[in-house]
Amino acid sequence: MTTLVYVPGDAGALSLGAGEVARAIAEEAARRRAAVKVVRNGSRGAYWLEPLIEVLTPRGRLAYGPVTTADVAGLFEADFLNGGSHALSLGATEAIPWLKGQQRLTFERVGIIDPTSVADYVKHGGYQGLTRALSMEPAAIVQEITTSGLRGRGGAAFPTGIKWKPVLDQPAGQKYVTCNADEGDSGTFSDRMLMEGDPLALIEGMTIAGVAVGATQGYIYLRAEYPHALRALRTAIAAAHQARYLGSDVAGAGKRFDLEVRVGAGAYICGEETSMLESLEGRRGEVRVRPPLPAVKGLFGQPTIVNNVVTLASVPWILQHGAQAYANFGMGKSRGTLPIQLAGNIRRGGLVERAFGLTLRELLYDYGGGTATGKPIRAVQVGGPLGAYIPASQFDTAVDYEALAGIGAMLGHGGIVVFDDSVDMARMARYAMEFCAIESCGKCTPCRIGSTRGVEVIDRILAGVDGERNVRLLEELCETMVQGSLCGLGGMAPFPVQSALRHFREDFRGRVK
Amino acid sequence: METLPPAESAVVQRIASDLKGRPGPLLEVLHAIQAALGYVPGAAVPIVAEVLNLSRAEVHGVVTFYHYFRRSRPGAHTVSLCQAEACQSMGAAALAAHARRRLGIDFHQTSPDGRFSLEPIYCLGNCACSPAVMIDGRLYGRVTPERFDALVADGAPSP
Repeated sequence: MTTLVYVPGDAGALSLGAGEVARAIAEEAARRRAAVKVVRNGSRGAYWLEPLIEVLTPRGRLAYGPVTTADVAGLFEADFLNGGSHALSLGATEAIPWLKGQQRLTFERVGIIDPTSVADYVKHGGYQGLTRALSMEPAAIVQEITTSGLRGRGGAAFPTGIKWKPVLDQPAGQKYVTCNADEGDSGTFSDRMLMEGDPLALIEGMTIAGVAVGATQGYIYLRAEYPHALRALRTAIAAAHQARYLGSDVAGAGKRFDLEVRVGAGAYICGEETSMLESLEGRRGEVRVRPPLPAVKGLFGQPTIVNNVVTLASVPWILQHGAQAYANFGMGKSRGTLPIQLAGNIRRGGLVERAFGLTLRELLYDYGGGTATGKPIRAVQVGGPLGAYIPASQFDTAVDYEALAGIGAMLGHGGIVVFDDSVDMARMARYAMEFCAIESCGKCTPCRIGSTRGVEVIDRILAGVDGERNVRLLEELCETMVQGSLCGLGGMAPFPVQSALRHFREDFRGRVK
Repeated sequence: METLPPAESAVVQRIASDLKGRPGPLLEVLHAIQAALGYVPGAAVPIVAEVLNLSRAEVHGVVTFYHYFRRSRPGAHTVSLCQAEACQSMGAAALAAHARRRLGIDFHQTSPDGRFSLEPIYCLGNCACSPAVMIDGRLYGRVTPERFDALVADGAPSP
């Protein structure tokens, strides 16, 4: 009998040696004439345990990790193929406390299935959402998404159903579904994990969106920094075509939906939706002035849905289980779950999908276990390079769009970057301005010029030149950028700077002579 | 302006002609040129412009807008060091200083022997395994200076 061994093909796991481990297991199995099939699954998201391998046994899936090639012979000696005990034994994967307490809806199959297999996807509940959608009126599908309370997980948190409705309402004609997979925020990797670990969930979500609004063509705009996700998506799209879930007759329902991946070229601004559309059209990724909204005049001037990866990948679950089932999770106006990413200087980093409402403290200490360096956490940046720095005194804030906005922060794409007490917050503020200067598309002055002036002003503060005056100047500059920029890049790049000034002023004062 | 060897010129011509029928083809064309030649030569711009019926300024504007498109021939191996916040929190700046010393070049430079190009990159999506490095499309996590030296020791990381 052939034993199934799961070794993640996820880029993060590969970065820690999972590829070599998979090869070593196959070689050792061949040497011992053991019948082993190695499945390259996605990552469970417990990166502190990667490479985390699993064996399918009569007792379920048992985990071992973190495994190096040097451990492989010993694992065979310990009879891991039958769940034998070993120093790296973690027991049943589902029972690992870090994973057990999670509420995985969007990520329910990530790390579990073979991402290249439509059959495995269907066996684990895949395409039930599409099947239901195909039995519904388009307006009812859109209503279902609205009722679920799903909001844009890319960061803007705009209600998804409200975004779809005007596309549906446009007269019939060429419409598009576009997926923003330009996950450029530092500290975020949920889009990448999903695309590598369960790409068919995204493909199904986009297909449902197409059916809902009458769009026949989809584009996934993927960042160039994600070559592993590109391969996973292309493989999955081909498999979905083969199984007739894409193409001229989706699931035998007589509707067309085609899907293509387009690769970006290293411009952070292309995560802004109008800039992404410009880039998809083959132009410089300069932000468009709205209105018209993309829902009315989007890609190639046609009505277009633009949603983030996690948003679209949440759609199949909602259609399968019903809007109310999704809305039952969460708090306030933040319904459902959020795949939160614990990143940077954290002991147990990775992906935690939970209903909105748990606190930063639970995430940082219960899940994260504090810093990797063992020093106290001084600050966390939530929501990417445009997100505020949050001090320890505010760690009881709930993960909820409104609660974070209430303390002058933002949840964004759900990434949390942890810094220990060696961090220099004036330097981090400088970096925020520098990043904006590097990545500004140049269309509006407050962002293009303001960010460069911001770096210069902070450099003067760091050099101890006229500190108090320059801090005041920096505050005014931030205000100008927030009020005057055309899009969120210039409009939010001051957030980390302002929060650093507000909560960590001593790091600036130290330079004031 | 530099001129292209006829073979490379033909490659550019063929790529642009093959892809020009696709919707919004310019980025696709530039990606294909870079995949074939390693960079987007300045002399490719007028060829692409003519085939796609765009102005040279439009093509030049796109090539220069995107960080990913190289305008000079890269080294045999491209080493990209993540410089974003998560990696900063785990010592990316110190690793970058080490890499500069080890390779003897700064960011955006290619070593005189043509073996390495060193680039900063803003997030590889490996933020729970910082600091992250990508070499020729392969991703590495929790990279210490010692591991970095091992990765570049042979010049060619194992496939």
